Amino acid sequence: MFIINCPYCGERDQSEFSCGGEAHIVRPKQPTELSDDEWAEYLFMRKNIKGVQFERWNHIHGCRKWFNMIRDTSNDKIHAVYKMGEKPPVI
Amino acid sequence: MTKYRISKTRFVDQTKTVSFTFDGKLYHGFEGDTLASALLSNGIHLVGRSFKYHRPRGIMSCGSEEPNAICQINDNTDLTEPNVRATEIELYEGLKASSQNCWPSLNFDIGGINNFISPFIPAGFYYKTFMWPKSFWKKIYEPLIRMSAGLGKSPTLPDPDIYDHKHEHCDVLVIGGGISGIISAKIAAKNNLKTILIDDKNVLGGSTIYQNNKNFLIDNKKSSEWLMKEIAELEEIKNLTIKTRTSLAAYHSYNYLLAKENISDHLPLDKKNDSIRQRLWKIRADKVIVAAGAIERPLVFNNNDRPGIILANSVKKYLDFYGVSSGLKNIIFTNNDSAYETALSLFEKGISVKIIDIRKKSTSNIVKNAEELGIQIYWNSTVVNTFGYKKVNSLEIMHLSEDGSNVKGNIIKIECDCLAISGGWTPMVHMHTQSGGKLDFREIDQVFVPNEKNENQINVGSCNGEFELEEIIKNTNNKIKKFLNVNETDFDRLSVLGSKEFEKKNIWLLPNTISEGKTKSFIDFQNDSTAKDIKLALREGFKSIEHVKRYTTTGMATDQGKLSNMHALGIIADTAGVKMGTLGTTTFRPPFTPLTFGALVGRNVGKFFEVIRKTPIHEWHIKHNAKFENVGQWKRAWYYPLNDENLHEAVQRESKAARDSAGILDASTLGKIDIQGTDASEFLNRVYTNAWSKLGIGKCRYGLMLNEDGMVYDDGVTTRLGENHYLMTTTTGGAANVLSKLEDYLQTEWPELDVYLTSVTDHYSTASICGPNSKKILKKLFPDKDFSDEAFPHMSYQSAKIDNAECRIMRISFTGELSYEINIESKYSKSLWESCIIAGEEYKITPYGTETMHLLRAEKGFIIVGQDTDGTMTPIDLQMDWIVSKKKYDFIGKRSLYRSDTIREDRKQLVGLLTDNPNEILEEGAQIVSELGQKPVQMIGHVTSSYFSPNLNKSIALAVVKGGKKMKGQKLFVPMENKNINVTVSDFIFLDKENKRINA
Ligand SMILES: [Zn+2]
Repeated sequence: MFIINCPYCGERDQSEFSCGGEAHIVRPKQPTELSDDEWAEYLFMRKNIKGVQFERWNHIHGCRKWFNMIRDTSNDKIHAVYKMGEKPPVI
Repeated sequence: MTKYRISKTRFVDQTKTVSFTFDGKLYHGFEGDTLASALLSNGIHLVGRSFKYHRPRGIMSCGSEEPNAICQINDNTDLTEPNVRATEIELYEGLKASSQNCWPSLNFDIGGINNFISPFIPAGFYYKTFMWPKSFWKKIYEPLIRMSAGLGKSPTLPDPDIYDHKHEHCDVLVIGGGISGIISAKIAAKNNLKTILIDDKNVLGGSTIYQNNKNFLIDNKKSSEWLMKEIAELEEIKNLTIKTRTSLAAYHSYNYLLAKENISDHLPLDKKNDSIRQRLWKIRADKVIVAAGAIERPLVFNNNDRPGIILANSVKKYLDFYGVSSGLKNIIFTNNDSAYETALSLFEKGISVKIIDIRKKSTSNIVKNAEELGIQIYWNSTVVNTFGYKKVNSLEIMHLSEDGSNVKGNIIKIECDCLAISGGWTPMVHMHTQSGGKLDFREIDQVFVPNEKNENQINVGSCNGEFELEEIIKNTNNKIKKFLNVNETDFDRLSVLGSKEFEKKNIWLLPNTISEGKTKSFIDFQNDSTAKDIKLALREGFKSIEHVKRYTTTGMATDQGKLSNMHALGIIADTAGVKMGTLGTTTFRPPFTPLTFGALVGRNVGKFFEVIRKTPIHEWHIKHNAKFENVGQWKRAWYYPLNDENLHEAVQRESKAARDSAGILDASTLGKIDIQGTDASEFLNRVYTNAWSKLGIGKCRYGLMLNEDGMVYDDGVTTRLGENHYLMTTTTGGAANVLSKLEDYLQTEWPELDVYLTSVTDHYSTASICGPNSKKILKKLFPDKDFSDEAFPHMSYQSAKIDNAECRIMRISFTGELSYEINIESKYSKSLWESCIIAGEEYKITPYGTETMHLLRAEKGFIIVGQDTDGTMTPIDLQMDWIVSKKKYDFIGKRSLYRSDTIREDRKQLVGLLTDNPNEILEEGAQIVSELGQKPVQMIGHVTSSYFSPNLNKSIALAVVKGGKKMKGQKLFVPMENKNINVTVSDFIFLDKENKRINA
């Protein structure tokens, strides 16, 4: 079980958080102008990497804030956490 | 003293006799014994039968790796527990143990017949028989398996014991209280680190604590005496917590560990009192030192499973720790030096011992010592067979060929009553790999050792592949100094005398003159898999160790392959002609040893199992005989039976009252979200399918919320309380998820919106009054208020006061009747409810529950999200096109509504169903077909809601049917177990299609 450094609250136990899947998938601004395939790409397609992955996490049993995390799925090392809207730090 | 209790030790108090029963017979042991040592002291080896062949099996080890000696404890009581290892349970007065897996008795076991038909039950037997003709299965195999299968009996009574959970944080956690663990804990604690040392035994010290051999000296003392003094010092250190009887169960990432402490398992029944039985520690450690030790390997040869064949170091522990000799004519069979320690212990106590060694020689000090004493050693030899059905009585040995692949020369027969075997040592790398660590293979002695990458964890001692005393002390000291950043320790200048092993040899499967097919060389003793089974699996094409394991069930018994995994790997490597290190190992998964369910759930049992949410009006419902149903965590009033009414009768009465006069429902559980901010209207536009910008202040509107995939997610009425202020309601079950979803969009996709969301579900409670007389009742409650349709129309809201308490009244309807929902701060809601009941008395106001609510809305064809929808229904499928805005540019899920899949005409669509026999009520969930007698049967839909409507005096149902929109009037069938029900597709609005009643 991880220790996660919430950008708003600090280090907390993983049980306070929930994972919201891959990060930096922006909802298209004009969905109606997309083809079925383009919309499906946004709706369904997610990466599942062994290695460094960008993820969304929510401090659901804490401040309820969403933030981003860079995590290596092969060893669960958390390289960085950063707020929504911020650019991912270089690791 | 019995014949086998041959000496006194400091660990067993021979002044305190303890009586216990095994298979109903009374025996005696002493305080400090385990069940296993007490049985051995009574000369009992035979303790169980093997799983498949029901071969007699005896105590084989002295710890958690025990495959054979597993017992049922306290059978036929509420404290009974199956699969308890006799080697681990401490003896207490009155303990009742019985052997498992043997019927009719341990000594005469009918399942033993499997032993003679074993050529017909090879590896993969269970899988293969499934392929055979059905008749074989039912008549021959199933009865056979059923009769023989099973390991003990699970308890049938509730567990009366108390279990506990506790969180703990520390700087350093040391796992294992052997010599390396004690050195580590002392260094850590003496350097001001908050340290916890755990060990699964009741006495610290591992195998060194009974090491009295003069070949192993520390500071010129016997190593046991030196360690004893260290442990005494340890107990004085303030910032060190020592937890004995505590075994590590799991090692998760970020040094989060679970350990189970046995608190009262070792106490007699009358002394357990009300104390906690076991405690699960949830430990977060800054640094972890694993000193878990090693487990001795058996040797694999023909008939290596007879009672009386025991691991060599276990024989030594029974002798030196418990004072019990496992046999009086002992033979040691080994491939390494460590078993010579056992031989020397036996010899010193005057017990007969001989040694068989597969090596040609050994030049170590300890072997020289044995030779000097005149102990007979058969070099370069192997056991080829053993004899004795219920206990080993003799064995045959032969010389090994030059390369060890075969045997040669004459067979020598030797008598014995105990065969102590040692195939070397396997480091306990379980903890390391559970935490995510990888392993390296060390060729010289064929062991997997930790490949250490985690800066906050190290492995010391024999779990790190260090087996010699000098090496263990020196390496542990150096490693811990570096790990904890310490300059100097008590152990820097220790003088250590040990015995170095120079000659190493290992043969995973020892050779024999008998053909392999006719030998029984066991690898997994509990699951009865043999070397032959492993080879068969390879011949049948299984290559991966994970597949071979499952096919042969090797390593899948309750000991999780602690004794068998390495041999399985070794034999696969030898047979396939590959290097063992390239095969990898099977995955070591937690728990390390089995955990009780009690320890896992802790205090979360009974009423603490799950949170229960009650409305503030709950007590009133109880007083009025309500039956409750669970909706998520909520307890909701289901129906209120009068006299002896059943559910059906009560619901029929309640429904009729609600339509004929007045009914009242506790709607407090509906989710309520307070929405404020200058962009609140825009926000609602984006999350609901319909338009919100033009909703006037004081007006209410029904909204449907989709997922981005276009499927209906939630629904509810939202009221505009002010220019920038809305109150949203959600379904009872969906409240938390809807709030999370909305927060997600606000924070991540639309951070530019000025909107704030607050859950107010618990802050307000709701009394919903419906029926043609509801307006009159509201008038009585709020005499100053104008309830005319002009002043207070349908779908609008007004604030009002009752006894000076602020109320929000919404005129909205989920039943199709004229209806008002009164929201009030929760603390006043019971009083409001009671006022409503009093005011409604003259109209016979009838409280109704969720069942009647469901019926009433079904009559009107209103859907319930989660009952009539299942995450695969679009609003178009539900024939709710009217609520999907064509004008809005975008909302959540809009684009998905015209994906090629969602515009298919043959999707399941919501319809009404009427049974041809109006008294026949369909079963919810029943499947629907269009033709009878079709093969294969094609299901075209299913019933989602079904009731008998007292207001229409007939059965009605909602259903989803493929292409159902175009089927009105069509005949369909609902096939049931013993009949087919004829139905006709109808409109799904059964009552008051013109909506006259809401303004009645
Ligand atoms: Zn937080």
